[in-house]
Amino acid sequence: MIDYQPVILPNIPDLHRIDVYEQHGGYAQIRKALGMKPTDVIDIVKASGLRGRGGAAFPTGLKWSFMPQQGEKPNYLCVNGDESEPGSFKDRQIFEFNPHLMIEGILIAGYALRIKAAYIYIRGEYETWVQMVEKAVADAYAKGYAGEKMKETFGTDYSLDIYVHRGAGAYICGEESSLMNSIEGKRPYPRVKPPFPAQSGLWDCPTTINNVETIANVPVIFEKGADWFKSIGAEKHPGPILYGISGHVNKPGVYELPTGMLLTELIYDVAGGVPGGKKIKMVIPGGSSMPPLRGDALDGIRMDADSLKEAGSAIGTAGIMVMDEDTDLTRILTRITHFYKVESCGQCTPCREGTGWMLKVLNRMLAGEGESKDLDLLHSVAKNIEGNTVCALGDAAAWPVKFAIERFRDEFEAELKR
Amino acid sequence: MFTEEELQKVEEIRSHYPTNLAAVMGVLHMYQDKAGIVDEKGIAYVAKLIDVPEEKVLGVATFYEMYHQHPTGKYKLQVCTNVSCMLCNSDMVLKTIKDKIGIGIGEMTDDGLFSVHEVECLGSCGTAPVLSLNKQYHENLTPEKINELIDTMKAKG
Repeated sequence: MIDYQPVILPNIPDLHRIDVYEQHGGYAQIRKALGMKPTDVIDIVKASGLRGRGGAAFPTGLKWSFMPQQGEKPNYLCVNGDESEPGSFKDRQIFEFNPHLMIEGILIAGYALRIKAAYIYIRGEYETWVQMVEKAVADAYAKGYAGEKMKETFGTDYSLDIYVHRGAGAYICGEESSLMNSIEGKRPYPRVKPPFPAQSGLWDCPTTINNVETIANVPVIFEKGADWFKSIGAEKHPGPILYGISGHVNKPGVYELPTGMLLTELIYDVAGGVPGGKKIKMVIPGGSSMPPLRGDALDGIRMDADSLKEAGSAIGTAGIMVMDEDTDLTRILTRITHFYKVESCGQCTPCREGTGWMLKVLNRMLAGEGESKDLDLLHSVAKNIEGNTVCALGDAAAWPVKFAIERFRDEFEAELKR
Repeated sequence: MFTEEELQKVEEIRSHYPTNLAAVMGVLHMYQDKAGIVDEKGIAYVAKLIDVPEEKVLGVATFYEMYHQHPTGKYKLQVCTNVSCMLCNSDMVLKTIKDKIGIGIGEMTDDGLFSVHEVECLGSCGTAPVLSLNKQYHENLTPEKINELIDTMKAKG
Protein backbone atom coordinates (compact mmCIF):
# COMPACT_ATOMS: atom_id res chain seq x y z
CA MET A 1 0.00 0.00 0.00
CA ILE A 2 1.04 3.53 -0.73
CA ASP A 3 2.55 5.67 1.99
CA TYR A 4 0.45 8.80 2.10
CA GLN A 5 -0.84 11.01 4.93
CA PRO A 6 -4.24 12.56 4.22
CA VAL A 7 -4.40 16.36 4.34
CA ILE A 8 -7.96 17.08 3.20
CA LEU A 9 -9.51 14.50 5.50
CA PRO A 10 -6.75 13.92 8.07
CA ASN A 11 -7.43 11.54 10.89
CA ILE A 12 -7.90 14.18 13.59
CA PRO A 13 -10.91 13.69 15.90
CA ASP A 14 -13.42 16.56 15.96
CA LEU A 15 -11.60 18.54 13.28
CA HIS A 16 -14.99 19.89 12.19
CA ARG A 17 -14.97 22.01 15.37
CA ILE A 18 -13.44 25.43 14.91
CA ASP A 19 -11.32 25.22 18.09
CA VAL A 20 -9.81 21.91 16.99
CA TYR A 21 -9.23 23.28 13.49
CA GLU A 22 -7.44 26.29 15.02
CA GLN A 23 -5.31 24.07 17.24
CA HIS A 24 -4.09 22.31 14.13
CA GLY A 25 -2.99 25.50 12.42
CA GLY A 26 -6.36 26.50 11.02
CA TYR A 27 -6.90 30.00 9.65
CA ALA A 28 -3.13 30.65 9.53
CA GLN A 29 -3.05 30.31 5.75
CA ILE A 30 -5.56 33.07 5.08
CA ARG A 31 -3.42 35.30 7.28
CA LYS A 32 -0.43 34.40 5.11
CA ALA A 33 -2.37 35.05 1.91
CA LEU A 34 -3.60 38.43 3.12
CA GLY A 35 0.05 39.51 3.38
CA MET A 36 0.54 38.94 -0.34
CA LYS A 37 -0.68 40.66 -3.45
CA PRO A 38 -3.88 39.00 -4.78
CA THR A 39 -2.17 38.21 -8.09
CA ASP A 40 0.66 36.48 -6.20
CA VAL A 41 -1.93 34.30 -4.48
CA ILE A 42 -3.27 33.31 -7.90
CA ASP A 43 0.28 32.61 -9.11
CA ILE A 44 0.84 30.17 -6.24
CA VAL A 45 -2.33 28.27 -7.12
CA LYS A 46 -1.24 28.27 -10.77
CA ALA A 47 2.20 26.97 -9.82
CA SER A 48 0.69 24.15 -7.75
CA GLY A 49 -0.95 22.65 -10.82
CA LEU A 50 -4.29 22.28 -9.00
CA ARG A 51 -7.06 21.24 -11.37
CA GLY A 52 -10.77 21.31 -10.57
CA ARG A 53 -12.14 18.33 -8.69
CA GLY A 54 -15.74 18.76 -9.80
CA GLY A 55 -15.54 16.98 -13.13
CA ALA A 56 -13.79 18.94 -15.87
CA ALA A 57 -10.32 19.09 -14.24
CA PHE A 58 -9.80 22.64 -15.49
CA PRO A 59 -6.66 24.36 -14.09
CA THR A 60 -7.87 26.34 -11.07
CA GLY A 61 -5.23 29.09 -11.15
CA LEU A 62 -5.99 29.75 -14.80
CA LYS A 63 -9.71 29.95 -14.06
CA TRP A 64 -8.97 32.42 -11.28
CA SER A 65 -6.85 34.57 -13.59
CA PHE A 66 -9.89 35.19 -15.82
CA MET A 67 -11.49 37.27 -13.06
CA PRO A 68 -11.13 41.05 -13.35
CA GLN A 69 -9.02 42.46 -10.53
CA GLN A 70 -10.64 45.85 -10.92
CA GLY A 71 -14.12 46.68 -12.01
CA GLU A 72 -17.26 48.51 -11.10
CA LYS A 73 -19.30 45.41 -10.39
CA PRO A 74 -18.80 43.14 -7.39
CA ASN A 75 -17.15 39.75 -7.95
CA TYR A 76 -18.81 36.57 -6.70
CA LEU A 77 -17.66 33.07 -5.83
CA CYS A 78 -19.88 30.00 -5.98
CA VAL A 79 -18.70 26.86 -4.26
CA ASN A 80 -20.30 23.91 -5.98
CA GLY A 81 -21.47 21.29 -3.49
CA ASP A 82 -24.42 20.12 -5.54
CA GLU A 83 -22.77 16.66 -5.71
CA SER A 84 -25.53 14.91 -7.64
CA GLU A 85 -23.60 12.88 -10.20
CA PRO A 86 -24.42 9.24 -9.43
CA GLY A 87 -21.43 7.59 -7.83
CA SER A 88 -20.14 10.82 -6.25
CA PHE A 89 -20.16 11.19 -2.48
CA LYS A 90 -16.93 12.97 -1.58
CA ASP A 91 -17.86 16.60 -0.91
CA ARG A 92 -20.13 15.59 1.94
CA GLN A 93 -17.03 14.20 3.67
CA ILE A 94 -15.51 17.67 3.64
CA PHE A 95 -18.77 19.21 4.89
CA GLU A 96 -18.82 16.70 7.72
CA PHE A 97 -15.21 16.24 8.72
CA ASN A 98 -13.31 19.36 7.63
CA PRO A 99 -15.68 22.23 6.78
CA HIS A 100 -13.29 24.91 8.03
CA LEU A 101 -10.68 23.86 5.48
CA MET A 102 -13.26 24.67 2.80
CA ILE A 103 -14.12 27.98 4.50
CA GLU A 104 -10.45 28.94 4.73
CA GLY A 105 -10.10 28.07 1.05
CA ILE A 106 -13.04 30.35 0.30
CA LEU A 107 -11.36 33.19 2.19
CA ILE A 108 -8.12 32.77 0.27
CA ALA A 109 -9.92 32.55 -3.07
CA GLY A 110 -12.06 35.48 -1.99
CA TYR A 111 -9.07 37.68 -1.32
CA ALA A 112 -7.29 36.66 -4.52
CA LEU A 113 -10.33 37.34 -6.68
CA ARG A 114 -11.65 40.33 -4.69
CA ILE A 115 -14.87 38.48 -4.01
CA LYS A 116 -17.68 40.35 -2.30
CA ALA A 117 -19.76 37.34 -1.36
CA ALA A 118 -19.38 33.58 -1.64
CA TYR A 119 -22.28 31.16 -1.92
CA ILE A 120 -21.79 27.56 -0.88
CA TYR A 121 -24.37 25.67 -2.93
CA ILE A 122 -25.34 22.41 -1.25
CA ARG A 123 -27.82 19.94 -2.70
CA GLY A 124 -31.14 19.99 -0.89
CA GLU A 125 -31.11 16.33 0.07
CA TYR A 126 -27.97 16.97 2.14
CA GLU A 127 -30.04 18.66 4.88
CA THR A 128 -27.85 17.14 7.61
CA TRP A 129 -24.72 18.46 5.93
CA VAL A 130 -26.29 21.85 5.21
CA GLN A 131 -26.73 22.22 8.94
CA MET A 132 -23.13 21.20 9.59
CA VAL A 133 -21.82 23.76 7.13
CA GLU A 134 -24.16 26.49 8.42
CA LYS A 135 -22.80 25.84 11.90
CA ALA A 136 -19.20 26.01 10.66
CA VAL A 137 -19.87 29.28 8.80
CA ALA A 138 -21.59 30.77 11.87
CA ASP A 139 -18.60 29.77 14.00
CA ALA A 140 -16.21 31.37 11.52
CA TYR A 141 -18.24 34.60 11.70
CA ALA A 142 -18.35 34.46 15.52
CA LYS A 143 -14.58 34.11 15.65
CA GLY A 144 -14.13 37.03 13.29
CA TYR A 145 -12.78 35.02 10.35
CA ALA A 146 -15.56 36.10 7.99
CA GLY A 147 -17.73 39.15 7.45
CA GLU A 148 -16.96 42.69 8.55
CA LYS A 149 -15.12 41.47 11.64
CA MET A 150 -12.34 39.88 9.62
CA LYS A 151 -10.94 43.36 8.96
CA GLU A 152 -10.16 43.64 12.64
CA THR A 153 -9.05 40.03 13.07
CA PHE A 154 -6.55 40.14 10.25
CA GLY A 155 -5.77 43.87 10.24
CA THR A 156 -6.83 44.22 6.62
CA ASP A 157 -9.35 46.24 4.65
CA TYR A 158 -10.66 43.13 2.91
CA SER A 159 -13.84 41.42 4.01
CA LEU A 160 -16.04 38.71 2.59
CA ASP A 161 -19.50 37.35 3.32
CA ILE A 162 -20.19 33.63 3.08
CA TYR A 163 -23.68 32.20 2.67
CA VAL A 164 -25.04 28.70 2.35
CA HIS A 165 -27.56 28.21 -0.45
CA ARG A 166 -29.59 25.04 -0.23
CA GLY A 167 -30.71 23.35 -3.46
CA ALA A 168 -33.98 21.46 -3.79
CA GLY A 169 -33.27 18.35 -5.80
CA ALA A 170 -32.11 18.96 -9.36
CA TYR A 171 -29.02 17.36 -10.88
CA ILE A 172 -28.77 20.12 -13.46
CA CYS A 173 -27.83 22.65 -10.77
CA GLY A 174 -24.37 21.11 -10.62
CA GLU A 175 -23.80 22.65 -14.05
CA GLU A 176 -22.22 26.00 -13.25
CA SER A 177 -24.52 28.31 -15.17
CA SER A 178 -27.59 26.42 -13.96
CA LEU A 179 -26.24 26.75 -10.44
CA MET A 180 -26.04 30.53 -10.84
CA ASN A 181 -29.61 30.72 -12.14
CA SER A 182 -30.67 28.58 -9.19
CA ILE A 183 -29.06 31.00 -6.73
CA GLU A 184 -30.70 33.92 -8.51
CA GLY A 185 -34.06 32.26 -7.92
CA LYS A 186 -34.77 31.61 -11.58
CA ARG A 187 -35.69 28.31 -13.19
CA PRO A 188 -32.21 26.81 -13.34
CA TYR A 189 -31.75 26.35 -17.08
CA PRO A 190 -28.10 26.34 -18.12
CA ARG A 191 -26.96 29.49 -19.89
CA VAL A 192 -25.43 29.77 -23.34
CA LYS A 193 -21.70 30.45 -23.21
CA PRO A 194 -20.12 32.86 -23.96
CA PRO A 195 -20.30 35.03 -21.97
CA PHE A 196 -18.32 32.98 -19.50
CA PRO A 197 -18.97 33.40 -15.78
CA ALA A 198 -15.77 35.38 -15.21
CA GLN A 199 -17.22 38.07 -17.50
CA SER A 200 -20.87 37.74 -16.67
CA GLY A 201 -22.03 35.32 -14.01
CA LEU A 202 -24.16 35.74 -10.93
CA TRP A 203 -26.41 38.79 -11.42
CA ASP A 204 -24.32 39.58 -14.53
CA CYS A 205 -21.26 40.15 -12.34
CA PRO A 206 -17.86 38.42 -12.68
CA THR A 207 -18.13 35.03 -11.01
CA THR A 208 -15.97 32.01 -10.38
CA ILE A 209 -17.43 28.60 -9.65
CA ASN A 210 -15.21 26.06 -7.90
CA ASN A 211 -16.00 22.61 -6.55
CA VAL A 212 -15.90 22.07 -2.76
CA GLU A 213 -12.90 19.75 -2.93
CA THR A 214 -11.02 22.15 -5.22
CA ILE A 215 -11.46 24.98 -2.74
CA ALA A 216 -10.47 22.71 0.17
CA ASN A 217 -7.12 22.06 -1.53
CA VAL A 218 -6.22 25.76 -1.50
CA PRO A 219 -5.18 26.16 2.18
CA VAL A 220 -3.17 22.94 1.85
CA ILE A 221 -1.23 24.46 -1.04
CA PHE A 222 -0.46 27.50 1.11
CA GLU A 223 0.57 25.40 4.08
CA LYS A 224 2.73 22.86 2.31
CA GLY A 225 3.78 24.88 -0.69
CA ALA A 226 3.06 24.66 -4.39
CA ASP A 227 6.15 22.48 -4.92
CA TRP A 228 4.93 19.91 -2.41
CA PHE A 229 1.52 19.86 -4.04
CA LYS A 230 3.01 19.43 -7.48
CA SER A 231 5.10 16.51 -6.25
CA ILE A 232 2.02 14.49 -5.21
CA GLY A 233 0.52 12.09 -7.74
CA ALA A 234 0.29 12.54 -11.48
CA GLU A 235 2.63 15.13 -12.96
CA LYS A 236 0.04 16.97 -15.04
CA HIS A 237 -2.85 16.51 -12.63
CA PRO A 238 -1.21 16.60 -9.23
CA GLY A 239 -2.30 16.67 -5.62
CA PRO A 240 -4.45 14.75 -3.20
CA ILE A 241 -7.79 13.56 -4.50
CA LEU A 242 -10.85 12.02 -2.88
CA TYR A 243 -11.70 8.75 -4.61
CA GLY A 244 -15.22 7.50 -3.98
CA ILE A 245 -15.38 3.77 -4.56
CA SER A 246 -18.76 2.05 -4.62
CA GLY A 247 -20.71 -0.86 -6.03
CA HIS A 248 -19.27 -4.37 -5.94
CA VAL A 249 -16.28 -3.87 -3.66
CA ASN A 250 -15.66 -5.20 -0.16
CA LYS A 251 -14.78 -1.85 1.39
CA PRO A 252 -16.66 0.95 -0.36
CA GLY A 253 -15.96 4.50 0.77
CA VAL A 254 -14.11 7.74 0.18
CA TYR A 255 -10.33 7.47 0.19
CA GLU A 256 -7.91 10.39 0.06
CA LEU A 257 -4.84 9.44 -1.94
CA PRO A 258 -2.62 10.97 -4.62
CA THR A 259 -4.00 11.38 -8.13
CA GLY A 260 -2.79 8.93 -10.73
CA MET A 261 -3.28 5.74 -8.72
CA LEU A 262 -3.77 2.54 -10.68
CA LEU A 263 -7.47 1.77 -10.96
CA THR A 264 -6.74 -1.87 -10.12
CA GLU A 265 -4.80 -0.85 -7.01
CA LEU A 266 -7.74 1.26 -5.85
CA ILE A 267 -10.25 -1.50 -6.43
CA TYR A 268 -8.25 -4.45 -5.10
CA ASP A 269 -5.90 -3.01 -2.48
CA VAL A 270 -7.71 0.08 -1.22
CA ALA A 271 -11.32 -1.07 -1.52
CA GLY A 272 -10.62 -4.72 -0.72
CA GLY A 273 -11.50 -6.27 -4.08
CA VAL A 274 -14.77 -7.72 -5.35
CA PRO A 275 -17.03 -9.76 -3.03
CA GLY A 276 -16.77 -13.49 -3.67
CA GLY A 277 -13.61 -12.94 -5.69
CA LYS A 278 -15.71 -12.40 -8.80
CA LYS A 279 -14.38 -10.88 -11.98
CA ILE A 280 -15.19 -7.30 -12.93
CA LYS A 281 -17.44 -6.66 -15.91
CA MET A 282 -17.57 -2.86 -15.98
CA VAL A 283 -16.07 0.11 -14.18
CA ILE A 284 -17.32 3.67 -14.45
CA PRO A 285 -14.38 5.76 -13.26
CA GLY A 286 -15.79 9.21 -12.50
CA GLY A 287 -19.53 9.29 -11.92
CA SER A 288 -22.24 7.85 -14.16
CA SER A 289 -21.73 10.18 -17.13
CA MET A 290 -18.16 9.10 -17.76
CA PRO A 291 -17.52 6.50 -20.48
CA PRO A 292 -17.47 3.00 -18.92
CA LEU A 293 -14.39 0.82 -19.02
CA ARG A 294 -14.21 -2.93 -19.59
CA GLY A 295 -13.30 -4.99 -16.56
CA ASP A 296 -10.95 -7.14 -18.65
CA ALA A 297 -8.97 -4.09 -19.80
CA LEU A 298 -8.24 -2.21 -16.57
CA ASP A 299 -4.55 -3.02 -16.30
CA GLY A 300 -2.32 0.02 -16.36
CA ILE A 301 -5.13 2.60 -16.28
CA ARG A 302 -4.36 5.39 -13.85
CA MET A 303 -6.83 7.73 -12.18
CA ASP A 304 -5.79 11.11 -13.51
CA ALA A 305 -7.23 13.26 -16.25
CA ASP A 306 -4.65 12.43 -18.91
CA SER A 307 -4.36 8.67 -18.32
CA LEU A 308 -8.13 8.28 -18.34
CA LYS A 309 -8.44 10.34 -21.48
CA GLU A 310 -5.96 8.02 -23.13
CA ALA A 311 -7.99 5.05 -21.89
CA GLY A 312 -11.09 6.52 -23.49
CA SER A 313 -12.81 7.88 -20.43
CA ALA A 314 -12.47 10.82 -18.03
CA ILE A 315 -11.78 11.48 -14.36
CA GLY A 316 -15.09 13.25 -13.66
CA THR A 317 -15.64 13.31 -9.92
CA ALA A 318 -13.36 10.30 -9.32
CA GLY A 319 -16.42 8.38 -8.19
CA ILE A 320 -15.56 4.83 -9.19
CA MET A 321 -18.43 2.38 -9.65
CA VAL A 322 -17.46 -1.28 -9.87
CA MET A 323 -19.72 -3.92 -11.39
CA ASP A 324 -19.00 -7.64 -11.14
CA GLU A 325 -19.34 -10.31 -13.82
CA ASP A 326 -22.98 -11.06 -12.92
CA THR A 327 -24.18 -7.51 -13.46
CA ASP A 328 -27.05 -7.02 -15.88
CA LEU A 329 -25.70 -4.25 -18.08
CA THR A 330 -29.03 -3.62 -19.82
CA ARG A 331 -30.56 -2.90 -16.44
CA ILE A 332 -27.68 -0.63 -15.40
CA LEU A 333 -27.78 1.34 -18.65
CA THR A 334 -31.56 1.64 -18.40
CA ARG A 335 -31.24 3.02 -14.87
CA ILE A 336 -28.55 5.49 -15.90
CA THR A 337 -30.66 6.65 -18.84
CA HIS A 338 -33.73 6.93 -16.61
CA PHE A 339 -31.66 9.28 -14.42
CA TYR A 340 -30.71 11.56 -17.30
CA LYS A 341 -34.24 11.58 -18.65
CA VAL A 342 -35.66 12.60 -15.26
CA GLU A 343 -32.95 15.20 -14.73
CA SER A 344 -32.96 16.73 -18.21
CA CYS A 345 -34.13 20.30 -17.67
CA GLY A 346 -36.02 20.23 -20.96
CA GLN A 347 -34.41 23.30 -22.47
CA CYS A 348 -32.77 21.60 -25.48
CA THR A 349 -34.74 19.28 -27.73
CA PRO A 350 -31.99 16.68 -28.39
CA CYS A 351 -31.56 16.02 -24.66
CA ARG A 352 -35.21 16.35 -23.63
CA GLU A 353 -36.51 14.06 -26.39
CA GLY A 354 -33.43 11.92 -26.94
CA THR A 355 -33.17 10.73 -23.35
CA GLY A 356 -36.83 9.66 -23.51
CA TRP A 357 -36.30 7.80 -26.79
CA MET A 358 -33.26 6.01 -25.42
CA LEU A 359 -35.16 5.05 -22.30
CA LYS A 360 -38.04 3.64 -24.37
CA VAL A 361 -35.69 1.45 -26.39
CA LEU A 362 -33.83 0.29 -23.29
CA ASN A 363 -37.07 -0.55 -21.50
CA ARG A 364 -38.08 -2.59 -24.53
CA MET A 365 -34.78 -4.46 -24.34
CA LEU A 366 -35.23 -4.99 -20.63
CA ALA A 367 -38.69 -6.46 -21.25
CA GLY A 368 -37.10 -9.05 -23.55
CA GLU A 369 -38.45 -7.50 -26.73
CA GLY A 370 -35.24 -5.97 -27.95
CA GLU A 371 -33.35 -6.76 -31.12
CA SER A 372 -29.77 -6.33 -32.19
CA LYS A 373 -30.70 -3.34 -34.33
CA ASP A 374 -31.96 -1.58 -31.20
CA LEU A 375 -28.33 -1.24 -30.17
CA ASP A 376 -27.63 0.62 -33.40
CA LEU A 377 -30.68 2.79 -32.83
CA LEU A 378 -29.54 3.65 -29.31
CA HIS A 379 -26.09 4.49 -30.57
CA SER A 380 -27.52 6.72 -33.25
CA VAL A 381 -29.78 8.61 -30.84
CA ALA A 382 -26.87 9.08 -28.43
CA LYS A 383 -24.69 10.47 -31.24
CA ASN A 384 -27.42 12.94 -32.11
CA ILE A 385 -27.63 14.25 -28.54
CA GLU A 386 -23.89 14.55 -28.08
CA GLY A 387 -22.58 18.04 -28.74
CA ASN A 388 -25.99 19.42 -29.68
CA THR A 389 -27.10 20.92 -26.39
CA VAL A 390 -26.46 24.10 -24.39
CA CYS A 391 -24.82 22.29 -21.48
CA ALA A 392 -22.81 19.13 -20.90
CA LEU A 393 -25.81 17.18 -19.59
CA GLY A 394 -26.55 16.13 -23.15
CA ASP A 395 -23.11 14.58 -23.41
CA ALA A 396 -23.50 13.13 -19.93
CA ALA A 397 -26.65 11.33 -21.06
CA ALA A 398 -25.19 10.26 -24.41
CA TRP A 399 -21.78 9.00 -23.35
CA PRO A 400 -22.79 6.08 -21.11
CA VAL A 401 -25.06 4.75 -23.88
CA LYS A 402 -22.72 5.40 -26.77
CA PHE A 403 -19.62 3.99 -25.11
CA ALA A 404 -21.38 1.10 -23.37
CA ILE A 405 -22.65 -0.10 -26.75
CA GLU A 406 -19.29 0.40 -28.45
CA ARG A 407 -17.37 -1.39 -25.71
CA PHE A 408 -19.83 -3.99 -24.46
CA ARG A 409 -21.69 -4.92 -27.63
CA ASP A 410 -20.98 -8.61 -26.95
CA GLU A 411 -22.55 -8.39 -23.50
CA PHE A 412 -25.66 -6.60 -24.75
CA GLU A 413 -26.07 -9.05 -27.62
CA ALA A 414 -25.88 -11.92 -25.13
CA GLU A 415 -28.40 -10.24 -22.84
CA LEU A 416 -30.76 -9.73 -25.80
CA LYS A 417 -30.82 -13.48 -26.39
CA ARG A 418 -31.79 -14.55 -22.87
CA MET B 1 -48.93 31.54 8.25
CA PHE B 2 -45.35 32.26 9.41
CA THR B 3 -44.71 33.26 13.02
CA GLU B 4 -42.82 36.38 13.99
CA GLU B 5 -39.68 34.27 14.41
CA GLU B 6 -40.11 32.69 11.01
CA LEU B 7 -40.64 36.09 9.41
CA GLN B 8 -37.33 37.16 10.90
CA LYS B 9 -35.74 34.10 9.31
CA VAL B 10 -37.26 35.17 5.98
CA GLU B 11 -35.66 38.59 6.38
CA GLU B 12 -32.34 36.96 7.16
CA ILE B 13 -32.55 34.85 4.00
CA ARG B 14 -33.37 37.97 1.97
CA SER B 15 -30.33 39.74 3.40
CA HIS B 16 -28.07 37.13 1.78
CA TYR B 17 -28.90 38.30 -1.74
CA PRO B 18 -29.07 41.54 -3.72
CA THR B 19 -32.50 40.62 -5.17
CA ASN B 20 -35.82 39.50 -3.69
CA LEU B 21 -36.14 36.68 -6.18
CA ALA B 22 -33.02 34.92 -4.91
CA ALA B 23 -34.73 34.30 -1.57
CA VAL B 24 -37.37 32.15 -3.23
CA MET B 25 -35.76 28.74 -2.69
CA GLY B 26 -35.02 29.28 0.98
CA VAL B 27 -38.51 30.60 1.68
CA LEU B 28 -40.12 27.76 -0.29
CA HIS B 29 -38.16 25.31 1.86
CA MET B 30 -39.49 27.04 4.97
CA TYR B 31 -43.03 26.91 3.66
CA GLN B 32 -42.84 23.25 2.80
CA ASP B 33 -41.30 22.40 6.17
CA LYS B 34 -44.30 23.98 7.80
CA ALA B 35 -47.16 23.02 5.47
CA GLY B 36 -45.75 19.75 4.12
CA ILE B 37 -46.67 20.86 0.61
CA VAL B 38 -46.11 23.75 -1.79
CA ASP B 39 -49.56 24.17 -3.29
CA GLU B 40 -51.19 27.16 -5.01
CA LYS B 41 -51.85 28.77 -1.66
CA GLY B 42 -48.21 28.37 -0.68
CA ILE B 43 -46.98 29.82 -3.96
CA ALA B 44 -49.21 32.87 -3.56
CA TYR B 45 -48.11 33.30 0.03
CA VAL B 46 -44.38 33.09 -0.72
CA ALA B 47 -44.74 35.42 -3.73
CA LYS B 48 -46.45 38.07 -1.63
CA LEU B 49 -44.02 37.66 1.23
CA ILE B 50 -40.90 38.31 -0.83
CA ASP B 51 -42.64 40.61 -3.29
CA VAL B 52 -42.08 38.76 -6.55
CA PRO B 53 -44.60 37.67 -9.23
CA GLU B 54 -46.42 34.42 -8.50
CA GLU B 55 -45.42 32.90 -11.81
CA LYS B 56 -41.76 33.21 -10.86
CA VAL B 57 -42.37 31.27 -7.66
CA LEU B 58 -44.46 28.70 -9.54
CA GLY B 59 -41.66 28.26 -12.07
CA VAL B 60 -39.19 27.47 -9.33
CA ALA B 61 -41.51 25.35 -7.20
CA THR B 62 -42.38 23.10 -10.13
CA PHE B 63 -38.79 22.63 -11.29
CA TYR B 64 -37.34 20.94 -8.22
CA GLU B 65 -38.05 17.44 -6.92
CA MET B 66 -38.12 18.46 -3.29
CA TYR B 67 -41.02 20.89 -3.45
CA HIS B 68 -44.15 18.76 -3.42
CA GLN B 69 -47.23 20.04 -5.22
CA HIS B 70 -49.22 16.99 -4.11
CA PRO B 71 -49.77 15.56 -0.65
CA THR B 72 -47.24 13.04 0.60
CA GLY B 73 -47.25 10.76 3.60
CA LYS B 74 -46.27 12.18 6.95
CA TYR B 75 -43.23 9.95 6.61
CA LYS B 76 -41.66 10.05 3.17
CA LEU B 77 -39.60 6.96 2.44
CA GLN B 78 -37.35 8.17 -0.34
CA VAL B 79 -35.49 5.21 -1.74
CA CYS B 80 -32.43 5.62 -3.95
CA THR B 81 -32.42 3.12 -6.82
CA ASN B 82 -29.55 4.59 -8.80
CA VAL B 83 -26.54 2.54 -9.89
CA SER B 84 -24.53 2.10 -6.68
CA CYS B 85 -27.65 1.41 -4.63
CA MET B 86 -28.99 -0.94 -7.30
CA LEU B 87 -25.69 -2.86 -7.19
CA CYS B 88 -26.09 -3.07 -3.40
CA ASN B 89 -29.64 -4.38 -3.61
CA SER B 90 -32.04 -1.45 -3.47
CA ASP B 91 -34.59 -3.99 -4.81
CA MET B 92 -34.50 -5.48 -1.31
CA VAL B 93 -35.30 -2.06 0.20
CA LEU B 94 -38.40 -1.62 -1.95
CA LYS B 95 -39.51 -5.21 -1.38
CA THR B 96 -39.08 -4.96 2.39
CA ILE B 97 -41.15 -1.78 2.46
CA LYS B 98 -43.81 -3.35 0.23
CA ASP B 99 -44.01 -6.45 2.43
CA LYS B 100 -44.21 -4.34 5.56
CA ILE B 101 -46.71 -1.60 4.66
CA GLY B 102 -48.06 -2.78 1.32
CA ILE B 103 -47.08 0.15 -0.84
CA GLY B 104 -44.63 0.75 -3.65
CA ILE B 105 -43.17 3.69 -5.54
CA GLY B 106 -45.59 6.59 -5.90
CA GLU B 107 -48.07 5.22 -3.38
CA MET B 108 -49.28 6.30 0.05
CA THR B 109 -50.80 4.28 2.88
CA ASP B 110 -54.52 4.86 3.45
CA ASP B 111 -53.87 6.47 6.82
CA GLY B 112 -51.56 8.99 5.15
CA LEU B 113 -48.70 7.98 7.40
CA PHE B 114 -46.25 6.68 4.79
CA SER B 115 -45.49 7.37 1.16
CA VAL B 116 -42.77 5.75 -0.96
CA HIS B 117 -40.71 7.71 -3.47
CA GLU B 118 -38.03 6.61 -5.89
CA VAL B 119 -35.24 9.17 -5.75
CA GLU B 120 -32.07 9.76 -7.67
CA CYS B 121 -28.57 9.25 -6.29
CA LEU B 122 -28.47 10.65 -2.74
CA GLY B 123 -24.68 10.69 -2.55
CA SER B 124 -24.50 7.71 -0.22
CA CYS B 125 -22.87 5.36 -2.68
CA GLY B 126 -20.29 4.17 -0.14
CA THR B 127 -23.00 3.33 2.36
CA ALA B 128 -25.56 1.86 -0.04
CA PRO B 129 -28.36 1.00 -0.05
CA VAL B 130 -29.85 4.16 1.37
CA LEU B 131 -33.19 5.79 1.97
CA SER B 132 -34.00 9.23 3.21
CA LEU B 133 -36.85 9.39 5.72
CA ASN B 134 -38.11 12.96 5.41
CA LYS B 135 -34.72 14.67 5.79
CA GLN B 136 -32.72 12.00 7.56
CA TYR B 137 -30.51 9.49 5.75
CA HIS B 138 -30.59 5.82 6.76
CA GLU B 139 -27.64 4.00 5.25
CA ASN B 140 -26.28 0.45 4.89
CA LEU B 141 -29.88 -0.75 4.98
CA THR B 142 -30.87 -4.30 5.86
CA PRO B 143 -34.41 -5.76 6.07
CA GLU B 144 -34.11 -5.63 9.88
CA LYS B 145 -33.15 -1.94 9.87
CA ILE B 146 -36.00 -1.05 7.53
CA ASN B 147 -38.59 -2.95 9.55
CA GLU B 148 -37.35 -1.38 12.76
CA LEU B 149 -37.46 2.09 11.22
CA ILE B 150 -41.03 1.65 10.04
CA ASP B 151 -42.09 0.24 13.42
CA THR B 152 -40.58 3.26 15.17
CA MET B 153 -42.48 5.67 12.91
CA LYS B 154 -45.71 3.70 13.32
CA ALA B 155 -45.34 3.88 17.11
CA LYS B 156 -44.80 7.65 16.88
CA GLY B 157 -47.86 7.97 14.66
